[in-house]
Amino acid sequence: MKLLIFGATSAIAQSVAKKVAHEGGELFLVGRHQDTLKIIAQDLVVRGAKKVGEIAADLTFREQYSEWVESAAKFMKGIDVVLIAHGVLGDQKQLEQNSDNAFDLINVNFISAALLAEASAHYFEIEKKGTIAVIGSVAGDRGRQSNYYYGAAKGGLEIFLQGLRNRLFPMGIHVLTIKPGFVSTPMTAHLKKNVMFASPDSVANGILKGIAKKRDVVYLPCFWAIIMGIIKSIPESIFKRLKL
Amino acid sequence: MESKHKEPLGQSPISVSPLWDESRQSWGMYPKTTSLVSPLHWRGQEFSESSQDKHPSLSYLPFGRGRSYGDSCLNDKNILLGTEKLNHFIELNNETGMLKVEAGLTLKEVLEEIVPRGWFLPVVPGTQFVTIGGAIANDIHGKNHHVAGTFGCHVKSLELLRSDGTRRVCSQEENTDWLQATIGGLGLTGIILWAEIKLKKIVCPWISRETLRFHNLKKFFEYSEDSDNKFEYTVGWMDCLSQGDDLGRGVFFRGNHLLVKEAAELKVKQERIKTFPFHAPEFLLNRLSMKAFNTLYYHTHPSKKSEIVHYRPFFFPLDGINHWNRLYGKRGFFQYQCVVPYEGSKSPIFDIIETFAKSGLGSFLTVIKTFGNSISPGILSFPKPGVTLTLDVPNEGQKTLRILEILDEKVVKCGGRVYPAKDARMSKESFKHYFPERPAFEKYKDPKFSSSFWRRVT
Ligand SMILES: Cc1cc2nc3c(=O)[nH]c(=O)nc-3n(C[C@H](O)[C@H](O)[C@H](O)COP(=O)(O)OP(=O)(O)OC[C@H]3O[C@@H](n4cnc5c(N)ncnc54)[C@H](O)[C@@H]3O)c2cc1C
Ligand SMILES: NC(=O)c1ccc[n+]([C@@H]2O[C@H](COP(=O)([O-])OP(=O)(O)OC[C@H]3O[C@@H](n4cnc5c(N)ncnc54)[C@H](OP(=O)(O)O)[C@@H]3O)[C@@H](O)[C@H]2O)c1
Repeated sequence: MKLLIFGATSAIAQSVAKKVAHEGGELFLVGRHQDTLKIIAQDLVVRGAKKVGEIAADLTFREQYSEWVESAAKFMKGIDVVLIAHGVLGDQKQLEQNSDNAFDLINVNFISAALLAEASAHYFEIEKKGTIAVIGSVAGDRGRQSNYYYGAAKGGLEIFLQGLRNRLFPMGIHVLTIKPGFVSTPMTAHLKKNVMFASPDSVANGILKGIAKKRDVVYLPCFWAIIMGIIKSIPESIFKRLKL
Repeated sequence: MESKHKEPLGQSPISVSPLWDESRQSWGMYPKTTSLVSPLHWRGQEFSESSQDKHPSLSYLPFGRGRSYGDSCLNDKNILLGTEKLNHFIELNNETGMLKVEAGLTLKEVLEEIVPRGWFLPVVPGTQFVTIGGAIANDIHGKNHHVAGTFGCHVKSLELLRSDGTRRVCSQEENTDWLQATIGGLGLTGIILWAEIKLKKIVCPWISRETLRFHNLKKFFEYSEDSDNKFEYTVGWMDCLSQGDDLGRGVFFRGNHLLVKEAAELKVKQERIKTFPFHAPEFLLNRLSMKAFNTLYYHTHPSKKSEIVHYRPFFFPLDGINHWNRLYGKRGFFQYQCVVPYEGSKSPIFDIIETFAKSGLGSFLTVIKTFGNSISPGILSFPKPGVTLTLDVPNEGQKTLRILEILDEKVVKCGGRVYPAKDARMSKESFKHYFPERPAFEKYKDPKFSSSFWRRVT
């Protein structure tokens, strides 16, 4: 597999990359820290990756999106899959008070992810094949007082991906929306762990399966589909009274 | 958003979690502890003042995967430094077999990458779910101790991060004394960030295994003497409840890496990992059920058998069942591993086994093995020449503690020692006898590092 990853230092993305490397794949990593990207690139080479390239940049630099896709395609002589994995959870209370922070959070989680998916689509449209896999979140399924900035960004991203999938389907391009529940990663390091937390490794397996089977939307682990089904079915008149 | 991509994230200070957490326990599930778990994310992270000013009086201890049985990997009411995310390979030299890896990688992850390339770890324990850091800090041994020595014998270098922020690369060339203190150093000399290990060449993942029943302890020693120069791996399982003529009967396993290429064609049976679903109720754990299990295990093995098996069932038979420790119920269990002088049929091991068999306690899993003569590299390494016995003992409170104390007296008397990686109960006095080298270790201990075990025995 020739895999381009945005947000390659994310714990979930690293788990995916390791598996692809183990199978002898080629990878191109984009993330914002040169030093940590280097550590990951070295690791992937030992695990069997045929080739690993990297670019260090903040993923909100939208002028460069198509350049990055082109660089990756040139380095690997093609791209099979783009994985968009970056994101920030943010502190809801602080976001409510500080509109700069709120703007940045929506910019990272929604705008940059959506526009990177679009830039990837432009490349795949010429190739007439490819997969765009994007990590959303179960938090995007319903707005809750405890994290509606993050939730709104992820929810907006999901609607964007529905439209993109609809547009690209006739060209045979696959768009996968990945909706993990709680995952034990640096993003959730400050939360108390319980049985609902999945490992990045099991989520990575789910992502690769979703790519191989050309699924549209996957909940990971799959029991979240049931939980979110219930949460979505609660009438708003009741939901607004709940402390969630 | 402030553009953060300039400052290297990999060097950010280690930050301490604000949440007290019971999620990290040891394999014996005793004692139960609570700690602030602080994950390390990158090997370049700093141990700065800011890591420490929130909790100036608390101590630190690295935590691998908690595959130690007792409290040497625990730091009750203090801080554990999780190494799970230090899981990157750094370099594998396919010519020389030198492997450089971060310390939080498990042996399982390492084996999955190196075996297909014709390499094996020089020493492996009875489970592959331990980390490289844990393997070094306990200077672990395996079924090949008689030829290969301990894991530490194959560590060429490592990097140590101390709470004062200093970093040291330790090897045979530089900081050699720090290397010797850190191998078998129980995590108390600092955080091992990465290590360089010399691998062993193999041609395929298969092992040719022979299984032999021995009807008493004398016969075990015969098999052991006969096998140790012909077989790279040897170990005995023992029925610790049989007495009289049958005292110390068991099953002897010995094996070598298969040297033929064709074996690569053999198919691995798809392993189904099962999970022990809940803590077994205590009434199931009695002498009767253990007696039945031990007798059955002995008799279901043929008196002699040769076969070819994959390395996983050969080295890690228990890994096929997740959480098998729940078999021992909520109160957990003790593991007791001692080494005593060899001395053939006069070995003190006879007395120890007899005492245990008559004590009224039982053990599902008793393992016996002769150690070789190689000198362990660590100041506080456990293995030394002699014979080592491992017992799994359900926690029945005072009664269990009393009998293990009696075993301790015997081990102390013959100049043996008990393995800290498996211990949750040895006394200060016993520890002093087992490890007279401790004063030499003291100057390498990080003043801000400690463990439940260390506070108990010193
Ligand atoms: C089924 C089973 C079979 C076993 N068989 C054997 C055997 O055959 N031979 C044998 O010797 N042992 C055996 N053991 C014990 C096991 O190998 C050791 O206890 C091992 O050290 C556990 O490794 P861990 O990564 O889980 O570390 P932990 O148990 O979490 O920690 C062990 C020690 O290592 C330290 N440590 C961990 N990581 C680091 C680091 N990065 N830097 C510094 N210190 C660190 C900790 O502070 C602690 O002192 C067995 C255990 C089980 C459960
Ligand atoms: N963990 C969960 O419980 C959970 C649940 C549902 C969905 N998700 C989603 O899963 C994805 C992966 O997250 P994770 O759990 O693996 O957490 P993570 O390890 O913290 O990964 C987040 C990644 O996003 C990167 N990033 C953030 N802002 C960036 C920016 N402006 N430019 C470049 N990179 C940026 C971070 O880069 P640095 O390493 O350089 O900081 C980091 O690699 C995210 O989209 C997240 O929203 C996570």
